[in-house]
Amino acid sequence: MDDMYRELIIEHYKNPSYRGTLDPCNHSYEDENPSCGDELRIMLNVDENNIITDARFEGHGCAISQASADLLLEEVIGKNVDEVKNMTKEDVLDLLGLETLGPARIKCAMLSLKCLKAGLYGVEGHAWEDII
Amino acid sequence: MFNSSEIIKDFPILQQTGPDGKRICYIDSGATSQKPLSVINAVSEYYSEYNANVHRGIYAISERATEATETTRKKIRDFIHAKSVSEVIFTRNATEAINLVARSWGETNLKQGDTVLLSQMEHHSNLVPWYMLAEKIGIKVEFIPVTDDFQLDMDAWRDLLKRCAPKLVSVTGMSNVLGTIPDIREMVRDAHAAGALFLVDGAQSVPHMPVDVQDLDVDFMVFSAHKMLGPTGLGALYGKKELLNAMPPFLGGGDMIGKVHFGSFTCNELPYKFEAGTPSIAEEVSFGAAIDYLNGLGMENVFAHEKMLTELAIDRLSEIPGLKIFGPKEGNRGSAVSFTLDYVHPHDTADILGSRNVCVRAGHHCAMPLHERFNVPATTRASFYIYNTEEDIERLCEALMYVYRLFG
Repeated sequence: MDDMYRELIIEHYKNPSYRGTLDPCNHSYEDENPSCGDELRIMLNVDENNIITDARFEGHGCAISQASADLLLEEVIGKNVDEVKNMTKEDVLDLLGLETLGPARIKCAMLSLKCLKAGLYGVEGHAWEDII
Repeated sequence: MFNSSEIIKDFPILQQTGPDGKRICYIDSGATSQKPLSVINAVSEYYSEYNANVHRGIYAISERATEATETTRKKIRDFIHAKSVSEVIFTRNATEAINLVARSWGETNLKQGDTVLLSQMEHHSNLVPWYMLAEKIGIKVEFIPVTDDFQLDMDAWRDLLKRCAPKLVSVTGMSNVLGTIPDIREMVRDAHAAGALFLVDGAQSVPHMPVDVQDLDVDFMVFSAHKMLGPTGLGALYGKKELLNAMPPFLGGGDMIGKVHFGSFTCNELPYKFEAGTPSIAEEVSFGAAIDYLNGLGMENVFAHEKMLTELAIDRLSEIPGLKIFGPKEGNRGSAVSFTLDYVHPHDTADILGSRNVCVRAGHHCAMPLHERFNVPATTRASFYIYNTEEDIERLCEALMYVYRLFG
């Protein structure tokens, strides 16, 4: 289980590439994980061809939630919004380099994709399982 | 004093070892305590030897079940030094007991604009039932502040009593986050002088220290069995008889009734008036075994043992780089020791500790407003009980040093 804290996660937690704000941005979504107190806000710029041209996140929380946000944004920049809608739980775990996560921590890992998808679909207040 | 290394032998779950061959280090008793074999056996004995409903059956096993549950009620009466068994109401847990008081006493005796005085260090169970009453009938809720050195602000307390003239004060006997123990005796005296009743949330105090409701002169006190070696699903409400007698029933159904006709009913006498439906018989029976176990150790000794461990823990934790303790560092305090590490989120800390079989809790510990007060989203909490040893503290510190090497 200590594997969970492999270098990749700690590195993205300590030195994230996409933490910050986008001003101006044309999309901004917020979500939280009430059980853990993780908070996340994702900002996007999407061009007329539905391509994500830039993205940033801000918030606070555990290493898993923050590193997954950083890795996810790195992954989605340059992609079409429709591709993001098709991303799955496994895609996020792949980004984190994990095969699986226990019930207590999976929510932390899924917060960023949940926030992104809920924002793009325009839905709020559902469990990550409903959205992802 | 007692020897914790001997006590461990009575707790089957504490014999477990992890992949590294080390014994499980369980320091999350603030959330729930482990159970000795005598408690586990009492559950099994009830179901295999005398499972029957209580109070009604006129046959041997039903009578035995009735006697066993009523024996536990007597043990609770003696444990908290209540005057009478009719002042001891079985509930599902401490939370339900507070809800009972809020709904039954509160809705009868409070009206719009009346104040209930709480503190900033209450568990959600001693906040939300009063917020619900505020939404329902418009009572006001005020809070005794917690000072920067983690004590209730006693000047503000006296001022609030005067200024708000509360009808009821409801305060924890021991903070589940800070370990702070308020001076309940003095507060009850002040509250009564100001015309307010006093409820103690004893969920954290009753398991860890001697409690005498008559000496403290509290009006209500609540606690949960599972935090004091007993089963989950059982708690108790203590209330002064004259108050309980004047209160309407909380839940309706079997057992709480005197007579039922088409369209009307009368209430049973105390304590059954507040115990609707078939009770948690196995839980009540086994809670009796838990009280016997604690009495065998002596509650003064339980408190002294935890004090020794808590002092050691605070000393040793203070050596961990970047660690900040949220709670009094000395004096009369309970064994909940909450802390943050300034380079890592509490959930990561708890996760890494968990992977080393060191069981702690991370989060807001059902006290979000208190965390807001100290401006931290979450803390990690270690909490000790009778079966914890100095070795457990070493395990905790060793694991925290590993977290430091990883994140620090």
